[in-house]
Amino acid sequence: MAVVEFLGPIERENMEVDIKNLKELKDIFADDKKLQEWLEISAVALNDTLVTSLDVDINSTDKISILPPVCGG
Amino acid sequence: MLELYQGSLKVEDILSRWYKKYRDKNYGAFISFVGIVREEDSIDGLSFDIYEPILNKWFQEWQEEAKKRGAVVLMAHATGDVYIHESSYISAVLSPKRKVALKLIDEFVEGFKANAPIWKYDLIEGKRVYAKERSLKLPNSGILSNL
Repeated sequence: MAVVEFLGPIERENMEVDIKNLKELKDIFADDKKLQEWLEISAVALNDTLVTSLDVDINSTDKISILPPVCGG
Repeated sequence: MLELYQGSLKVEDILSRWYKKYRDKNYGAFISFVGIVREEDSIDGLSFDIYEPILNKWFQEWQEEAKKRGAVVLMAHATGDVYIHESSYISAVLSPKRKVALKLIDEFVEGFKANAPIWKYDLIEGKRVYAKERSLKLPNSGILSNL
């Protein structure tokens, strides 16, 4: 199954998901109100590359990362 | 060259080492930017989380951009806690001529602020408080949201 990791201040454990694309991941998260607050401001990476849309196929070995707003330096 | 350190940076050591490494490579300009944690809003310091896989890719793209301009970019950043008047971040550019280096250091630092996958927290009474108001959303943020 694909793995979802929540980075930085989101502070959630990784989760495994059985999905075929990112639209299905959006559906999984739809009722999680607390997470929705983070998703509204977070970018998404697939295997360490930021994605630009949800029209992305997901394989069982993929890593999906949720990246909230950044501030280095 | 991208260097990550646990805790504050030893600025003098890092800059000295970089200078010695490059001073005989015929770069006429060496420009550095050092970030120092300021005393403000009753914080004890700052703390950082870094996501290395994407940071490495981001830095690789800047190395390639610098190479096209005949320049080199260097960066050091802290993870974990960095206290007031310590340093968390150094960027530097080397190039044959100053104008390229001056332009590139500005672009490199601003690009870093907007895109490097690093999360900042204020240290307040021993707790880490996410610096949400000072943070910037990455491109295409919100695509998984229903809100």
